[in-house]
Amino acid sequence: MHDLSINQIIGYVIICGGILFDLFGVLGLVRLPDVYNRLQAATKSVTFGSAGILIGVFVYSGFTALGFKALFCTIFILLTSPVSAHAIAKAAHKAGIKLTDKTVIDLYQQDKSESEESK
Amino acid sequence: MRVFRWFIGLLIIGGFFFINFFVLPDIPFNYKLINVLLFCSLFILIRVVKGPSVADRIVAIDILGILIIGICAILAIALDRSYFIDIGIAWGLQSFIGAMALAKFLEGRSLDA
Amino acid sequence: MKIETKSRIVVFILSLLVWILITMVFSIPSLVTGLVIALITAIFAGEMLIITERKFLLKRVWFTIEYLFKFTWELIKANFHVAYIVLHPLLPIKPGIVKVKTKLKSDSALTMLANSITLTPGTLTVDIDEKNQVLYVHWIDVKATDIEETTEDVGGRFEKLLEEIFE
Repeated sequence: MHDLSINQIIGYVIICGGILFDLFGVLGLVRLPDVYNRLQAATKSVTFGSAGILIGVFVYSGFTALGFKALFCTIFILLTSPVSAHAIAKAAHKAGIKLTDKTVIDLYQQDKSESEESK
Repeated sequence: MRVFRWFIGLLIIGGFFFINFFVLPDIPFNYKLINVLLFCSLFILIRVVKGPSVADRIVAIDILGILIIGICAILAIALDRSYFIDIGIAWGLQSFIGAMALAKFLEGRSLDA
Repeated sequence: MKIETKSRIVVFILSLLVWILITMVFSIPSLVTGLVIALITAIFAGEMLIITERKFLLKRVWFTIEYLFKFTWELIKANFHVAYIVLHPLLPIKPGIVKVKTKLKSDSALTMLANSITLTPGTLTVDIDEKNQVLYVHWIDVKATDIEETTEDVGGRFEKLLEEIFE
């Protein structure tokens, strides 16, 4: 932990922030009541946390092969993880997994049953 | 009751952080960071084991894939080898395709439609 | 020039750039390997990237930069919101699925809108109904159920910018 240069210290700070958000996202995965809420918390926080770690690695190592690869991987995560999140959400709703009891409104279910009746 | 459980969780997480950063001797700082991420993946495994429905398990596996990219990134700077990020990229790709395939399977469609 | 050829050329240049970024080795054998792989990619999967013809406008670049800044700000806000909910002992949630109207039509614009909604505070896109131009959004903290209000609250942040960028 001695003689770190300034960009390495900034990199470590960003990495620690990312790890903290990873922990929050995983706690959300354990604590929240149903699939959709878990997806929300976990996807957002863990994506942001891992992207934070990768950007921290980029800042830490500067303009080297490692840094550019980390940047590329960040863009990749930010593009793919929302897509898989809403694929899972749609599939779970179609498979008939119930929402939690606290749910206020479910317009998707209403519209689906209406279109089935009209057929 | 809920507040009591919240307090127990706080105690467990706080105890882990205290042991990891102040009690454990001579481990390099990067490996302590990796320990925290491994602790996170323990929570994900709880969800995989407990999850009441299939969708919960799929979500947990998807999240585990993203977490492992973070572990690979820290390993890359800990060992100063840039190919760990390549492993991370490949892992992310596989996890994305796996999540899509599992979602289609859950929805009840065939895989090529 | 036909649009397929254009798309193949763009894919070829992009994959070559990615190869150079990933390897970062500037010797002749490595570059030749990259050229061959980029060529194969462009031949077999090149025609899917660009589908519609569009002009290049400087305005579009400016709006893309503005969109990136706004997206980053919303992402950070979203994560503090999630952290507040998760760390609160009583879990203050009020979930529900609401409808959001959209004016966008092209596939790429709809995809980007859905991705932006997923990564912003408290919302997750569940399904897109292209015929009626409606997005179904799971909202962790429902503030309004009327379709006009939800459109203003959830989609309105990004829709104008995306309309400028993609259409």
